[in-house]
Amino acid sequence: MLDTMKLSIGPIQYFWDRQRVLDFYQRVADSAVDIVYLGEVICSKRRLITAEDWVSIGTELRQSGKEVILSTLTLLEAASETAALKKLCKNESFMVEANDISAVQLLSTRGKSFVTGPSFNIYNGRSLKLLAAKGLKRWVLPVELGLETLRDLQAQRPEGVETEVFALGRLPLAYSARCYTARSHNLPKDDCQFKCIDYPDGRILETREDQEFLILNGTQTQSALTHQALTQLPELAALGVDVLRISPQRSGTLRIIDIFDSARNNQDSETLYEELLELLPHGVCNGYLVEQAGMDNGVQQAT
Amino acid sequence: MELVCPAGNLPSLKAAVDNGADAVYVGFKDDTNARHFAGLNFTGRTFEKAVRYAQDKGRKVFVAINTFPQPNGFERWKSAVDQAADYGVNALILADMGVMDYARERWPDLRLHLSVQASVTSAEGIRFYHENFGIKRVVLPRVLSVRQVAHTITESPVPVEVFGFGSLCVMVEGRCLLSSYATGRSPNTYGACSPASHVRWEETGDGTDTRLNGVLIDHYGPGEKAGYPTLCKGRFQVGDNTFYALEEPTSLNTLSILPELKKIGVSAIKVEGRQRSPAYVAQVTSVMRAAIDQCMQDPDGYQPEDQWMRKLADVSEGSQTTLGAYHRPWQ
Repeated sequence: MLDTMKLSIGPIQYFWDRQRVLDFYQRVADSAVDIVYLGEVICSKRRLITAEDWVSIGTELRQSGKEVILSTLTLLEAASETAALKKLCKNESFMVEANDISAVQLLSTRGKSFVTGPSFNIYNGRSLKLLAAKGLKRWVLPVELGLETLRDLQAQRPEGVETEVFALGRLPLAYSARCYTARSHNLPKDDCQFKCIDYPDGRILETREDQEFLILNGTQTQSALTHQALTQLPELAALGVDVLRISPQRSGTLRIIDIFDSARNNQDSETLYEELLELLPHGVCNGYLVEQAGMDNGVQQAT
Repeated sequence: MELVCPAGNLPSLKAAVDNGADAVYVGFKDDTNARHFAGLNFTGRTFEKAVRYAQDKGRKVFVAINTFPQPNGFERWKSAVDQAADYGVNALILADMGVMDYARERWPDLRLHLSVQASVTSAEGIRFYHENFGIKRVVLPRVLSVRQVAHTITESPVPVEVFGFGSLCVMVEGRCLLSSYATGRSPNTYGACSPASHVRWEETGDGTDTRLNGVLIDHYGPGEKAGYPTLCKGRFQVGDNTFYALEEPTSLNTLSILPELKKIGVSAIKVEGRQRSPAYVAQVTSVMRAAIDQCMQDPDGYQPEDQWMRKLADVSEGSQTTLGAYHRPWQ
């Protein structure tokens, strides 16, 4: 049953230079990943890859046999951002991952199917059912919800809707009008000087006793610890989860894909977990999955 | 512009009404609302008294049912909707579309407002809730500049309410998990941010540490006044600097831009603070009442009075205020 779960690569959360992005997707094309989410989801000022570029990257990935989805900006503020969103939602080539309700409105009123992303609030079956009637084809479980809630939601899941779980990555925790990377350089957002390009894994925020706590990624705040569901794969499979999402990080992502691919093919999970730990920059957590604080390391190794 | 004020108990509600609130918003004593704090909020008989007190004086009562129920608790949210409807409140403030769907089906004539916790920042999003649930008003998150609020108002199918004063969320509401990352409890799931149950104040050799579930949020030297460890308002280290990396302890204050808010067509001004004392509610309501009245009478000649600013600073976090995201350089 493990091997029926698909693997996806979430959108790149950080601001990478153009070549890094192109190289990354070239390697993803040859990987075991089944689904690729593409697009800028954090800041509309990051334009090294244009909307047209994303479509051409997507076209190539599709030719390599990947399912391609275009992801929308998570927090809309400016009118220009809504205009760009409208254009994206009109595209005829790819399905869209809606990261905010505006995208759902634009897609559903045009009769288009869609996916909802990890920061889109679906907490109960009634919401799930409503969105299914609007064209929801796949949803990502909000990251703060655990397996108990997932069990209840799966029981109420409408026919034809797939469930995806954020299975590996630093957690998307918050979005703001303020750019924290710019602030950390004493700059306002309007004069950010694109400082975030210097932090391809985000900028670390520590407590005053040196605990690595959060990651500043422009207007987004992430967990410093990497959330992992590798140790929960049998439970996720038993709950009927269809897709496992891996969120890209600066290095090691391709190796992480291999690890998850091996795990779904029933290879020794203990060795794989040890290997995974070595690839994560600031340690690991998975408290959310077991209804604890997200930063807790709830279950270290499935028995 | 309608003045909408908070009340966490009956004395606060009376303070709001007596000092000139046009509407008061309240919540029930459980996790169905985003101020789920011990000793706060309303149940049966007090709720009935509250509704009667306000409505007898021609004021409105809104009930915030603005958290996100999970399947095993959904019945509680339905009961909250039913109870509010039974007592004849003027509107519900809702965030979750499942709850909205229930309210719309069970109480089709009941007025619905879209809570700030629904996290909607564009007219397209507002249209979704208007077309599907007939919402009559939207409360905008505190992430838009004045210009962006103005643009949203011109496109919005329903009137817009904005925050005018109170504690400032710096993250877009309804999609902030910082608190549950540290404690397991978030505004969405539990109705509280940085919950008191997880707070520790520790006297150390050189001052006070404030912790949230063990995580050091701030350290205060001897003689420095220690603040509540709200996660986004602590001092942290980034690079070589130790500073308020996300936001200072400060409150939102829009007195200086009231004429602008009026001009762009804001329909209602909301005051944050259901967890605050009746004295806070009285103080803020009376200042906002006076300011709005003056702004409506003579928007061109309007100037916030020094004493208003002083009174509001007195009840602000860290005794300081900001225009927040309304003012572009803040961002």
